[in-house]
Amino acid sequence: MVKFLLNRLAMMLLTMLCASFLVFAVCEYTPGSVARKSLGPFATQQQVDLLTAKLKANDPLVVRYGRWLGVLVGAIPDPLQDPSTGLNFKDPRGAQYFGNFGYSTLNKLPVNDVIWNRLGNTAILAGLAFLLIVPLSIIFGILSGLKEGGALDRTLSVICITFTSIPEFASGVFLVTLFVILWPILPGTSPLTSDGGWAIPYQFVLPVAVLVIYDFGYVARMIRVSMIAVMERPYIRTAVLKGMSTRRVILGHALRNAMIAPFTVLLLQINFLISGVVVTELVFAYPGFGRLILEASLFGDISTLEAATLITVAIAVVTQLLGDLGYMLLDPRIRVR
Amino acid sequence: MNLIVSNPQGSAMSGSSPSHTVLDVNDLRIEFHGKSETVVAVPTLSFRVKAGESYGLVGESGCGKSTTAMAIMGYLGSTGVIAGGSIRFEGKELVGASARELREIRGRQIAMVYQDPMSALNPVKTIGSQLAEVPLLHLGVSRTEAMEMAAAMLEDVRLPDAGDMLKRYPHQLSGGQQQRVVIAMALLARPSLLLLDEPTTGLDVTVEAAVIDLIGELRSRYSTSLLFISHNLGLIAETCDRVGIMYSGEMVEEGPTGDLFRRPRHPYTQGLIDCIPDITHDKRSRSLAAIPGHIPLPQERPIGCFFAPRCTGFTAGLCDRPDLELEHIGGDHMVRCIRWRDMKRSQPAQLAQIGKAQVQTQAVAVSGLTKLYKLGGDRTLKANESVSFNAAKAEIVALVGESGCGKSTLARIVTGLDRATSGEVRIAGENVAEIQAKDRPRDLLQSVQMIFQNPDSTLNPSHCAAFSIRRSIKKFGIRKGKAAIEERVRELLEMVRLSPAIANRKPNQLSGGQKQRIAIARAFAADPALIVADEPVSALDVSVQAAIVTLLLDIQREKQSTMLFISHDLALVRHVADKVVVMYLGKVMEQGTVEEVFDGGTHPYTEALISAIRSPNPDEKRRDRVHLTGDTPSPINVPTGCRFATRCHRKVGAVCDSVAPPLRKMSDTHEIACHIDATELRTTPSRYGALGQGRA
Ligand code: SF4
Ligand code: SF4
Repeated sequence: MVKFLLNRLAMMLLTMLCASFLVFAVCEYTPGSVARKSLGPFATQQQVDLLTAKLKANDPLVVRYGRWLGVLVGAIPDPLQDPSTGLNFKDPRGAQYFGNFGYSTLNKLPVNDVIWNRLGNTAILAGLAFLLIVPLSIIFGILSGLKEGGALDRTLSVICITFTSIPEFASGVFLVTLFVILWPILPGTSPLTSDGGWAIPYQFVLPVAVLVIYDFGYVARMIRVSMIAVMERPYIRTAVLKGMSTRRVILGHALRNAMIAPFTVLLLQINFLISGVVVTELVFAYPGFGRLILEASLFGDISTLEAATLITVAIAVVTQLLGDLGYMLLDPRIRVR
Repeated sequence: MNLIVSNPQGSAMSGSSPSHTVLDVNDLRIEFHGKSETVVAVPTLSFRVKAGESYGLVGESGCGKSTTAMAIMGYLGSTGVIAGGSIRFEGKELVGASARELREIRGRQIAMVYQDPMSALNPVKTIGSQLAEVPLLHLGVSRTEAMEMAAAMLEDVRLPDAGDMLKRYPHQLSGGQQQRVVIAMALLARPSLLLLDEPTTGLDVTVEAAVIDLIGELRSRYSTSLLFISHNLGLIAETCDRVGIMYSGEMVEEGPTGDLFRRPRHPYTQGLIDCIPDITHDKRSRSLAAIPGHIPLPQERPIGCFFAPRCTGFTAGLCDRPDLELEHIGGDHMVRCIRWRDMKRSQPAQLAQIGKAQVQTQAVAVSGLTKLYKLGGDRTLKANESVSFNAAKAEIVALVGESGCGKSTLARIVTGLDRATSGEVRIAGENVAEIQAKDRPRDLLQSVQMIFQNPDSTLNPSHCAAFSIRRSIKKFGIRKGKAAIEERVRELLEMVRLSPAIANRKPNQLSGGQKQRIAIARAFAADPALIVADEPVSALDVSVQAAIVTLLLDIQREKQSTMLFISHDLALVRHVADKVVVMYLGKVMEQGTVEEVFDGGTHPYTEALISAIRSPNPDEKRRDRVHLTGDTPSPINVPTGCRFATRCHRKVGAVCDSVAPPLRKMSDTHEIACHIDATELRTTPSRYGALGQGRA
């Protein structure tokens, strides 16, 4: 078990290295852009060249990547914070510490000051949505998988397919029209400040609803397929012919087996909810992680992007690990012996 | 057609005490309603099971026997419908019973044992919780009481260490153990009727023997009635009091076991009995009588007698009358054949003309062959360990043994699908043990051909049947030119007795027997010197099996090809082989000519295998059964001394556990690996003998 976990940890580090290098390579292919972005569009070319030289930004890609890594693990100080650059970038944590993601050229703030806040906001949104998606999709999936092609199955399937195929912005606009304009009981934007007169909990309702509508149908369909397969297995017949009621057969025998295959799919939704909800965040002006990534990549804010990459990869690997552990819990056949 | 009802039970000859009827199936009609068509699986069926009785329902696949069992349990799926008739259990009507009524009967009063125990058990729940459900559900006991009952029941089905067993999951058990668990589960609520649906199909023969013994013992202890469904006549003959033979959804013959097997009246029953190989005859003394044709699909059933297209006694005007009924022919014996009085049982053909192959040129020599699979860590799976044997030209060498004995691995090495770890396989003098198929020169590939258990693995579903034959001819350049190739394809189809019309059909339009014929034609298309046949007929129905075996033997004799015949069926091996190699856990236990191995003086393991064979012949002396305990150990943890030591019933002592047994030379051709010395081995009684006088 320990070996298994260590193995996974090593894999995670390796994935993070590869991903960060890829992002680095793509963003930094043209040297010197860091200096230009740090100084802003009004700096003279001379100033840019000077800063480029100072930051050694014309070094080969690999050398620069190595330097970025060095800053991240706290081996060397962040060159951007060097007073001699004249940029006046200052991180209250100091220029050299472990986990130093550098300075966001977009926000002119240390990345660590920006990113965790945004991640936290998104985590709340994602968490609420996930808490609803899990039971909803299980109930829908199980009920429709119970009797393939039955009336219930067809009704639920239509609902799931329709919901899944409505794009997020469409359902967003629709819900806003309904609950903000026609029947104003909810706020149309969710900046997470009480300035607009709406208490913060109300601001979550619509974004969460959009996410749930968009996502649960997909998971429900996965569970349905798995449930249909399980209901045809001979051990279900054994259970029925033991004299068990349908309810007992489902709860006692089918459910756990039916959840084995869709379990990963369910967990993958966490990844999606953390980094893939840009549209919803944009529609509701929600200060979230997805929006931060979008803005950073449009601007070319390499430090923020790298930080975001590492965080998403870490989340992905952790959910994967949870998935595997969950598998083992659900299915005794694959437990490490 | 209430013939059964008109006959008062307990009449003259059965001599049984007047017992009441537990299950009364009357004019039952089962249909499956598909989207576009309705399939009548069972047109009309009647039979009764009396209290304490064991009733055997026999038939080949598709005859409706399992469907009948499911109808009794009220579990026909969403498309199955009971379209007529009644099923009465202890006087209660089950057809149309409410879900609630059914729940009270299922598991409590009628319980079931299934064909494939692995899939019948829920993989994610412990044995304990699955067992405890039954008393919890039906007996209103507490959880702890239920667990105690489960543990007690596990001891009753002879599973060791019940407490530990309760905590295990199904995949941690062997097939035999799993089936014991299923049996325990079925008996926990003390049902009055137990349905056994092919309970031992798929289990190894020695394990099967133990399970059958167990069922018999538990049956008398709990005085449960049995409805035993099987295609295995021998098994039914031994375990049942009365037997019903089903054909295409109908009962064609029914009677007390001894009477029915001694004097089968229906041509189908006679054919079934004659087409199974029996242990007392080999290919030189008897050829298997195959039933021509195949079982009709429900929509192909003729009017009148369903067996008519395959029956030699068919008489127009008599057999095609729609009102054919089960007719009493004395005692409880009933037959659905209008001409039963004329249907004399054809005597099995006695043939003596096939002499032994005379000149013994060596064709295949396997020596010291070892195959290890590294499983990571320090675990190795020993699939084969120093296996040695020879096969002469035109000889059939049978490799027998139960699952995990390494016979299939050996076949894979010979054919180049796998590579030996060490040792030699010489084919025509050349060592091929370590040359895989992709590295083998074309003439070597051509000279070794394989026939698989499942013909689908060699037939491409999207090409017509003749395609694979044609490709084989082209690949090895047997014939050149389109016309010559087509000519050859036709010859080969004729050789396997298939009409040329079949050549253009897709595999899914062919029956299992036809597919296997195509596979045989494909194998022989290459004019091979060696044929490796891996369980070539074990997936087929018995009546089809006989035809395929006979065909294979004919072709082999004509072509003078050498054959490695891999099988777990000893009676079949007895019928087919010239030489037998018995393997257990990767090692050769015994080898010799077929007479030497089967006629007494054998290895304890062979003795057990032979004793596990069941014959439907009621006059054959009941053999003393060797009762083996336990299951075959895993090939990863093989016993250090004799491989068979953990189960051997003749174990000499500690020496068996620690020292590998020496090879006893019984004759020039007969070798036995055992610590028992040759003279004592020689006195091993023959486990089947001359026909005795009736059953004990
Ligand atoms: S009724 Fe006729 S066709 Fe049918 S089994 Fe008897 S003799 Fe054969
Ligand atoms: S060596 Fe011993 S254990 Fe092995 S078969 Fe012979 S008597 Fe049995």
